Amino acid sequence: MAEYSAFQVFKNGLTGNTGWKQAWRKPEPKQQYDVVIIGGGGHGLATAYYLAVNHGITNVAICEKGWLGSGNIGRNTTIVRSNYLLNGNTPFYEHSMKLWENLSHELNYNVMFSQRGIINLCHTPAQLDDTARRGNSMRLMGVDARMLTPRDLARRVPGLDLSASARFPVLGGLVQPRAGTARHDAVAWGYARAADRRGVDILENCEVTGFLRDGDKVTGVATSRGEIRARKIAVCVAGSTSHMMKLAGIEKLPIESHVLQAFVSEALKPFLDTVVTFGGGHLYISQSDKGGLVFGGDIDGYNSYAQHGNLPVVEEVMSETVALFPAAAKVRLLRSWGGIMDMSMDGTPIITTGPLTGMYLNCGWCYGGFKATPASGWCFAHTIARDEPHELSAAFTLDRFHRGYVIDEKGQGATPWKH
Amino acid sequence: MIIKCPHCGPRDLAEFSYHGDATLTRPDPASTDRDAWNAYVYDRTNPAGDHREYWQHSGGCRRHVVVSRNTLTHAITDVRFAGERK
Repeated sequence: MAEYSAFQVFKNGLTGNTGWKQAWRKPEPKQQYDVVIIGGGGHGLATAYYLAVNHGITNVAICEKGWLGSGNIGRNTTIVRSNYLLNGNTPFYEHSMKLWENLSHELNYNVMFSQRGIINLCHTPAQLDDTARRGNSMRLMGVDARMLTPRDLARRVPGLDLSASARFPVLGGLVQPRAGTARHDAVAWGYARAADRRGVDILENCEVTGFLRDGDKVTGVATSRGEIRARKIAVCVAGSTSHMMKLAGIEKLPIESHVLQAFVSEALKPFLDTVVTFGGGHLYISQSDKGGLVFGGDIDGYNSYAQHGNLPVVEEVMSETVALFPAAAKVRLLRSWGGIMDMSMDGTPIITTGPLTGMYLNCGWCYGGFKATPASGWCFAHTIARDEPHELSAAFTLDRFHRGYVIDEKGQGATPWKH
Repeated sequence: MIIKCPHCGPRDLAEFSYHGDATLTRPDPASTDRDAWNAYVYDRTNPAGDHREYWQHSGGCRRHVVVSRNTLTHAITDVRFAGERK
């Protein structure tokens, strides 16, 4: 298959763009694989890719219920960052950041990773102290972070309301300069193409309807395209985790599914060249290359599998946007959507062997799964190939809840709707 | 979403705060059974469909209510004061 390059773009431009080939095959399912991955989202595709590249396991199928990129990987606010506080999280997300930094070259696919920085705003002295603590924690673990004064912010983000009369006056902020955004669809397509080239079968429109069992051992999956047997079954289905695990007889998990809404405005001229988060409520906002403001806030805050939210969160997110950027008041909203998040009980993901023999589970990404895509695939592939956790995800076990080793970044307790 | 508070009548979602799964039974406070407490605090059925859940009418009468709601459609079929038997 032809490598993607500037030369190829040029050559195909002169020859009517007839030289491009399908980016991935549409294979028929085989009866037997070494590994079956359930869920063709970003994490599932990345897992397949790293199984092939890092572990030499290429007899792999991905069962995707819909079409590739139809879930949360194709609908998110595209933010990539590693500005965490706790030791269990930071090294993992920083590894992800390092993979992002080389991802376009690694996959030979432009994922449009733009390290435009992320700025967390602070509105009270206590919040400044707390944010400085997190910045110090990041720096101690080798992550870039710097405090910003209001004067820095005025220079860096011209549209920001820094007046003393603001409802929540801005006292400063923390920037992670290496953070940024990436083109979410391209991440799915890039991993899919790269995995496919190494022999992975991506089975779209292939819904898993049950598990094949041999006693306590899982030996395969029943799908809408027939039964598929495999030595190892990896579950990677985000908001549908509880549903999928019930098919395997696991009735309860430390997970609740919640709806998160996100919003895109009409296209504007360049207005915001970084990612800004509001500390007086919950808002994260950036501007896409097409010009639309891409932003979101809290999850709606009640269990939901409906892929649409309610109006209170819409009102809150809009008012926060206008509070930060008064000029945005006249901007019209182009579209909004709701996606289902697998909210874990401590706000931290789960990457684990089990809970059944022959099964591996990757879930609990709350609403921060996009940035984790490369490291999640990296660590989950290791867990599947070696039957033991990767050192970077060793803290993300399923049994941490019952053992008392939760990783609660927000200090919120077992209230998943508040993480 | 409109929740019909048994005391105040139909009110907007924004007046209510969420308190989670109402199907769980809290262990006896004197219990030292760690598995029972862990299950109560962390383990959820998380159904796609009918869900019984606690809400508080925090912007109104402040009563706690149990709402029966479908998590796929957000349709509410029953609201009663917490503590009332169904």
